[in-house]
Amino acid sequence: MHDPTTLQTIWFALICILWLGYFVLEGFDFGVGMLVRFLSRSDNETRAMIHTIGPIWDGNEVWLLVAGGATFAAFPEWYATLFSGFYVALFVILAALILRGVAFEFWGKDDRPGWRRFWVWAMLVGSALPALLWGVAWANIVRGVPLDASGAFDGTLFDLLNPYGLLGGVASLTLFLAHGAWFLSLRLHGEIETRARTAASVLAPIAAAAVAAFCAWTIVRSGAEIVPTVLCVVAVGCALVAMRMTPGRAFALSAVTILALFLALFAELFPAAIVSSGPGPDLTLYNAASTSYTLTVMTVVAVVFVPLVLLYQAWTYWVFRTRLGASDFGPFEKLRS
Amino acid sequence: MLAMTSLELARLQFGITTVFHFIFVPVTIGMAVFVAVCQTLHHRTGNPVYERLTFFWGKLLLISFAVGVVTGIVQEFQFGMNWSNYSRYVGDVFGAPLAMEGLAAFFLESTFIGLWIFGRGKLPPRLHLACIWAFAIGTVLSAYFILAANSWMQHPVGYELNQMRGRAEMTSIFAVLTNSTALFAFAHTILGAFATGGMLMLGVTAWHLARGTAPDVFGVSVRLLLPWVAVTALATMLVGHFNGQLMERQQPMKMAAAEALWDTQTSAGFSLFAVSDIAHNPKHLKVNIKVPNTLSLMATNSLHGEVEGINDIQKRYERQYGPGEYAPIVGVTYWTFRLMVGAGALMFLIAAFGWWRRDRLPRWYLRLLVPAAALPFVANATGWIFTEMGRQPWVVFGLLKTDAAGSPTVSSAQVVLTLVGFTALYTVLGVIGGRLFAKEAAHGPAPEIPDAEPDRPDLVLAY
Repeated sequence: MHDPTTLQTIWFALICILWLGYFVLEGFDFGVGMLVRFLSRSDNETRAMIHTIGPIWDGNEVWLLVAGGATFAAFPEWYATLFSGFYVALFVILAALILRGVAFEFWGKDDRPGWRRFWVWAMLVGSALPALLWGVAWANIVRGVPLDASGAFDGTLFDLLNPYGLLGGVASLTLFLAHGAWFLSLRLHGEIETRARTAASVLAPIAAAAVAAFCAWTIVRSGAEIVPTVLCVVAVGCALVAMRMTPGRAFALSAVTILALFLALFAELFPAAIVSSGPGPDLTLYNAASTSYTLTVMTVVAVVFVPLVLLYQAWTYWVFRTRLGASDFGPFEKLRS
Repeated sequence: MLAMTSLELARLQFGITTVFHFIFVPVTIGMAVFVAVCQTLHHRTGNPVYERLTFFWGKLLLISFAVGVVTGIVQEFQFGMNWSNYSRYVGDVFGAPLAMEGLAAFFLESTFIGLWIFGRGKLPPRLHLACIWAFAIGTVLSAYFILAANSWMQHPVGYELNQMRGRAEMTSIFAVLTNSTALFAFAHTILGAFATGGMLMLGVTAWHLARGTAPDVFGVSVRLLLPWVAVTALATMLVGHFNGQLMERQQPMKMAAAEALWDTQTSAGFSLFAVSDIAHNPKHLKVNIKVPNTLSLMATNSLHGEVEGINDIQKRYERQYGPGEYAPIVGVTYWTFRLMVGAGALMFLIAAFGWWRRDRLPRWYLRLLVPAAALPFVANATGWIFTEMGRQPWVVFGLLKTDAAGSPTVSSAQVVLTLVGFTALYTVLGVIGGRLFAKEAAHGPAPEIPDAEPDRPDLVLAY
């Protein structure tokens, strides 16, 4: 087996960064999407909650699109095997993302209660399914899926629904829920803020338990390989400490938990792109990669654009930093001309 | 449907999802630039009419953008899901513009539209204006990168074949990004998008003018939109003409199939109406009504130029690529091409007439503009069906055939699941989105735009 070249390693790292960015950012807006149904008691509370992520959720989702596009460009074999292999799971994720994307936009367009309820459910289902399935998917990529001799996926959806994969899904789902609750505690004021804090204090221990179980299994599975083990310990540690912190620190710690958890998986995966459970060999980064010319071109593009993107996205978070509450919004009817 | 192969189902799915996605893309691009122009006019003149126009069209733009965004995610993943052999073969070249689209365009669009929607009052007016321009530029950039990728499938450049790995590998990103096909396709598509957004807004404007709602606002709107559509529709056709000449050189089979021209001819006429046997490639026509010499003139700039026919190109390709059917379904290319050109020409004529009579627009004309808003959608859909089906049997012209491009491990039952799933979801989205658009459009512009309060969330655009 060939070791990946430096350029291939850089691109593996960059794609990991894109996925990490996606999980940390979209993680909390998945959480918010799920929590609206449970925390909001009035239209204006719902509106306040949607407004906390309104300006940013779409930008957060682009991290996923770019992760997909970058994988296509840098590791075409990885892209091809992963997306054709995880076919049904990916279809469910895409359908969910579609539903939730329009839900934020369409919720306020009509004031009939049935309309509002429908879109709040769409936010819940549309956020919960990807939050669960991304964990399932990544746990399986590392655990191993059936690959044939040509490196193509040779299994079904049910191959993904094994206990380790499902535990990974539960870990990402609960972690994103807690992450979203801490985010809301930071971004809301008034009664709804209190409710968000209560939710966070309930969700954080559940997330910590799920993360701890998943990390323990990951450590055992990897044979206590040093880097994934350290990262798993960091993830569990942060998840535990977050339970006793103020929302600001807890949010930062839940972000670190997400980073460390997925980094542990990526570290265990390297230098493979997808681990094979047989009959074929693992798909390695070396075999999956584009030419060094293409990787060099893409490196230049990434060096120019990634810092720029980080800069203007960070600025967006700064612009929309004030807390929101139900009292910030007047009666809805008055807003219609 | 289960009798269809997974490849046929995957093609159907790509067609449905892409044509649906492309209902919203040109509307978004065209309206984004127009809204940015309106907001700039307001910024410069302080005239409140421009501000009311900005936020009226802005709200409609956001509905279109929302549906465009969510259906766009499917596009990004569909290559890997249904076309994994294609992805393995082209990824080294095709992936680069796709990734660039994400990094350079999608981030820009998604971030700045958020700032624009929620940032009124929080940002100084000049910066708020810059946000809609950044968004509009993002949409145009995105079109460029995705068309560069598509153009590589029409006319591959800047690559070499790696026989051992069985794939195309990029040798020059510059060649890929400055592909002549890409530059013409970009100009044609962007101008067409401006015309599409313009025609749609013109339909809404005319509906209100005929009813007499907010005549001050829509009077200004119609005076901006008539020249906007007339100029962009004409320019789309002009670029399209040169695009056709380029295609005559790069993909002669597609152009011959667009004309249902079976035998090579000098002084070829342009066919207006033709009938043949129902067949993939019926090899001759039964009825053909032509304008003499026009095809030769359009294709070669000479009344007597020679235009190569399908049967001769077929023989040439058999020698070059081996035995096989190299003609697309001629009935489809012939009629989609005519619908595209016909709808485009009608748009130009309608807008030009209105521009000429702008001081006294007749009532029948205003009534005509409402259904005429469907024309650009006909032109866009048939244009893409023409250019993609006209390339068949190739997925990458001259390099990879469509029937070798699918996902071998994906069963037809799986494709049926996603085909039915996406089609059902898109139908519901289309109905809901369409009704919301119609409702907002019928609602008309706000009588006045309230000043934004910096310490409260602004709801002029937000939900």
